[in-house]
Amino acid sequence: MLILCCGNPDRGDDGAGPLVARRLRAFEVEARVCGGEALSLMEEWRGADDVIVVDAVITGALTGTITVWDASTAELAPGWFHCSTHSLGVAEAVGMARAMGRLPKRLRIWGIDGRRFEPGTRAAPAVAKAAGVVAERIAREIELCTNLP
Amino acid sequence: MSAKTNGGRQIRVDCLARVEGEGGIRIKLKGEQVQDVQLHIFEPPRLFEGFLRGRHYTEVPDIVARICGICPVAYQMSAVHALESILGITPHPAVRLLRRLFYCAEWIESHALHVYMLHAPDFLGYPDAIAMARDHRATVEQALRLKKTGNQLMIALGGREIHPISVAVGGFYRTPSRGDLHALVDELEWARDASIATARFVATLEFPDFEQDYEFVSLRHPSEYPLNEGRLVSNRCLDIAATEFEEHFVEQHVKHSNALHCRLRERGSYMVGPIARFNLNFDRLPETARQVACDIGLTPPCVNPFRSIVVRAVELVFACEEALRLVAEYEPPPEPRVEAAPRAGTGHGATEAPRGTLYHRYELDAGGLVVNARIVPPTAQNQKRIEDDLWHYAGQLASLPVEAITARCEQAVRNYDPCISCATHFVRVEVC
Repeated sequence: MLILCCGNPDRGDDGAGPLVARRLRAFEVEARVCGGEALSLMEEWRGADDVIVVDAVITGALTGTITVWDASTAELAPGWFHCSTHSLGVAEAVGMARAMGRLPKRLRIWGIDGRRFEPGTRAAPAVAKAAGVVAERIAREIELCTNLP
Repeated sequence: MSAKTNGGRQIRVDCLARVEGEGGIRIKLKGEQVQDVQLHIFEPPRLFEGFLRGRHYTEVPDIVARICGICPVAYQMSAVHALESILGITPHPAVRLLRRLFYCAEWIESHALHVYMLHAPDFLGYPDAIAMARDHRATVEQALRLKKTGNQLMIALGGREIHPISVAVGGFYRTPSRGDLHALVDELEWARDASIATARFVATLEFPDFEQDYEFVSLRHPSEYPLNEGRLVSNRCLDIAATEFEEHFVEQHVKHSNALHCRLRERGSYMVGPIARFNLNFDRLPETARQVACDIGLTPPCVNPFRSIVVRAVELVFACEEALRLVAEYEPPPEPRVEAAPRAGTGHGATEAPRGTLYHRYELDAGGLVVNARIVPPTAQNQKRIEDDLWHYAGQLASLPVEAITARCEQAVRNYDPCISCATHFVRVEVC
């Protein structure tokens, strides 16, 4: 399983992805931290069958709310992922990969709702707490899959 | 996004898509008369010049690389040239070659992204690159591979594809082996051929009939298409060294923008970027790129900003061709960098970022700490010119429905490939 954690730790709640990557290390699970730019994401997941992308989102839910989308079926609104200055982000990567037949067999997007994305700030406590929950759930899933008979 | 007000019409794009950073446009029309045009840049000020104060000169390349994820090499190159002029050092000729190659990598990445993903959808009638990918899969595949080629070259030289970490004042922290670079030759040859195909393709697009009387500004080198070195020239007799930049160009704060507007003293707006470079340096293009340009009917002067997509494609051909030449000539330098003792002074650097001329000035104290820094990015320089284009273009479109005017004006902004994130780091904040 490939885990890609998107975001900028110095831009408030956009640091959700890197926080998840850091928490995963405690479970000895490797995750790649990336900026979240669409074309780079498509390169990162090229050839992988089972991919998890973690990113900060703005769906309008409470800060720290966790949502999981199955990218092979869900329509992702670009506005949910426009938490950074990248004009092409996670939603565009999924949309473009789908249009070009380049979606991994299994691609799940874990979103953590954020509210403040100012440069030079840290993630809100609710986002940091959610990052811990996401890391734990991903680690548990990996452990379960690894221990399958 | 657009509205009718007081018998007049207002074209409003609150958040421009397919540009780097956060900005919008507002145009007021009364009948067929344009009454006001504002390019709003509301991305917050980023204050990099302030961060640089008090930092040691050796830290500058890594700090300025963070100004932009698309053109970090440009910031590093303008900075090291300015700082080396203070320290009185000249890097080894192989380092000069590597820096030029490094810049080619950035041009390939940036131009491939803009030509295909950001600008082409406008001409082909798609709202974005995703919609375009459904119908033009092979074209988008080509774009992705081109950008990847630029990324690979960037990684070979800079350690990673974004915010590279190898650039040092005096050279590089680490230089690649010949083998590292030769491993990229096959892909660069493919990229050159793909760029030629790209140029031929974009030349067939339909361009609005819109021409302006521009003052073009770019670097000009005695023998090369400009990247890292040269004098600042224009088509109206400007011919100065980078050290004279501030005598000729002034920056001005306007209420509606967090980026300063730059203009030529007593002359006004001007254009930097691919079209300016092409018009002022056509004779410096390598034969392959010049021939492609001639074959597709692109010769200077190009005064239609919508044709910037064609010029970018020709510059892609140049960047690939030049990269191949530089890789073939490369012999690693005896030392990756020249060391220098700090000394006080002021230095200036101007290089050609993908979007146009990028000017830096630094003042160091005797211990090598930055006392003052000034950075003038290309998007800030083009800002006033973008507004001038919109003023004239919106006037031509005034009889169309508001939605059509809005879409075409957005396209006109994208002619400049504006990088708003770059442009907003230099607003002066004074606390009294």
